[in-house]
Amino acid sequence: MFFDALPGAISLGLIWGVMAIGVFITYKVLDFADLTVDGSICTGGAVCAVLMAAGVNAWLAVLVAVIAGALAGLVTGIFHTLLGIPAILSGILTQLILWSVNLKIMGQANTAVDSRGSYVIVTQLESGWAILIMFGFLAVIVGGLYWFFGTEAGCGIRATGNNPDMSRAQGINVNLNKIIGLMISNALVALAGALLAQYQGFADINMGRGAIVIGLAAVIIGEAIVTRISRNFAVQLAGVVLGGIIYYIVYQFVIWLELDTEYLKMFSAIVVAIFLAVPYWKKKYFYKFSKKRKYQSGGDINANGTHSSSGGDNPDSDVANMAESSPQGGQGNV
Amino acid sequence: MSEKVILDLKDICKTFNRGSVNEKVALKNLSLTVNEGDFITVIGGNGAGKSTLMNAICGTFPVDSGRIILGGADVTRLPEYKRAKYLGRVFQDPMMGTSPNMEIEENLALAYRRGKVRSLMPGITRKEREFYREQLSRLGLGLENRMTAKVGLLSGGQRQSLTLLMATLKKPELLLLDEHTAALDPKTAAKVLGFTEEIAAENNLTTVMITHNMMDAIRCGNRLIMMQEGRVIYDVCGEEKKALKVEDLLQRFRESGGEINDRMVLS
Ligand SMILES: Nc1ncnc2c1ncn2[C@@H]1O[C@H](COP(=O)(O)OP(=O)(O)OP(=O)(O)O)[C@@H](O)[C@H]1O
Ligand SMILES: [Mg+2]
Repeated sequence: MFFDALPGAISLGLIWGVMAIGVFITYKVLDFADLTVDGSICTGGAVCAVLMAAGVNAWLAVLVAVIAGALAGLVTGIFHTLLGIPAILSGILTQLILWSVNLKIMGQANTAVDSRGSYVIVTQLESGWAILIMFGFLAVIVGGLYWFFGTEAGCGIRATGNNPDMSRAQGINVNLNKIIGLMISNALVALAGALLAQYQGFADINMGRGAIVIGLAAVIIGEAIVTRISRNFAVQLAGVVLGGIIYYIVYQFVIWLELDTEYLKMFSAIVVAIFLAVPYWKKKYFYKFSKKRKYQSGGDINANGTHSSSGGDNPDSDVANMAESSPQGGQGNV
Repeated sequence: MSEKVILDLKDICKTFNRGSVNEKVALKNLSLTVNEGDFITVIGGNGAGKSTLMNAICGTFPVDSGRIILGGADVTRLPEYKRAKYLGRVFQDPMMGTSPNMEIEENLALAYRRGKVRSLMPGITRKEREFYREQLSRLGLGLENRMTAKVGLLSGGQRQSLTLLMATLKKPELLLLDEHTAALDPKTAAKVLGFTEEIAAENNLTTVMITHNMMDAIRCGNRLIMMQEGRVIYDVCGEEKKALKVEDLLQRFRESGGEINDRMVLS
């Protein structure tokens, strides 16, 4: 029975893999903990379901859902850059806005997608096909992102997330890049939502609750697996998808064990918390030894391999101070 | 030498936390003209406003009043990233000038595109790589053999040298150095400073360098300014500057009511 459920778990994992790639772009590339996703995944599903119910072609419905997701990212981006609201709060505000918007789009708490029709792109009634089609989607997405983040514009976005001070000094428009990154990310998340609605046959106002945790879990699992294999960006993205699949296989396993699945979200959150804590504690422990040598190492010695970002007692660039990644402006740093 | 003006600061004022108990006047009606080819060293006590001056030029924050003319253009209201077109910068903190998770060559490629619209063309090309390899080999740190290594793996001195190279890869109108050797050990600092002078001389770069080391301040460049409480209190160039002694500077400093600290005297 567990193996019977595997194709379903894998196709769900692939769909959430698309979502996790979106999370990867904000969380890893932009260093921006974006909570918009809990809302934008539902927006994607709602837009897609409502349009399809109105007889719109499934592909067109997906396209509109993707655009809606990008707009959600734009709103968060504007909150953060133009209005100076901290990253986490910007995401939460948009998430809240989307809750109302999603209800308005659907006119009720959920909308059915007629998945018996031949016009559905993916459906759980045919998991085998769904897996194949999802591989197609992911190949295009991973390929596209790999290309984009290798361009001048894409490198600018990576630099923005990695070191905003340096980016500004090199003439990079940090605010614009954050907005673009958020739009790409949420477009992907909405795509996942649209496909998920088609796959499960309905969009539901609660379908995005806790999505960020599933996305982060997939990112973390993926990173743990591929980090030793290759630093290649495409491989990392593939790892994130793999993380999504593993998450859903474990999920299926828990169901098979007949454990209480209501604990699953709590369990996921705790696992994510532990994994996020590991680098921080590791750094803190290492730091005691490397502190003295921080800036002293001579020009011809290759020292300090341990701290990659601006080291310190803070959990830099990791989730514990995500709230601090405040927008540019203000008094700068001296 | 032609006296083309690169930077013209007119009556710059900057107060931090205005109206609060932490109010701090950092720049007081500061005016300064920098000519093409000038290499100016800037000294002054802690909190004199040196970094604030540099950040005001860069646009890290808006100034309260005054005008900033850079390369003939009024940039007073231009955001930081747009001013970058004219400026090469090296920060005091070696961590600040480079992108740690990106490769050495990717960092250079970012810098090479300073002031350019970032398009959907490749972020780095094969031809550039050769150019970067050449430039890196001049540093004498062996970085030319590690071009795809992440910058986060480099030591402070290596990163500072790389930042310097990045700041000058695309020739800036003005090179700004804020105590860029202060965080390095003496041997590395000397090396980076030597490379700074070499690059500046070779490209005839107009340079403003903040330093705490008075001997360096006297030895390097053709002009020296001393700051105190947000003002330029001493501005000397040419032969007169060359003839300066550390004692002269300390004397001036004391006269203006500044406190001497060890860092300024010891090299
Ligand atoms: N972002 C800021 N917010 C508030 N006050 C600031 C800020 N930046 C600088 N100041 C204050 O302005 C004054 C000038 O600071 P600045 O950093 O320019 O001095 P400095 O000459 O570079 O000193 P140092 O030699 O220590 O680097 C100081 O009193 C400082 O506390
Ligand atoms: Mg300073």
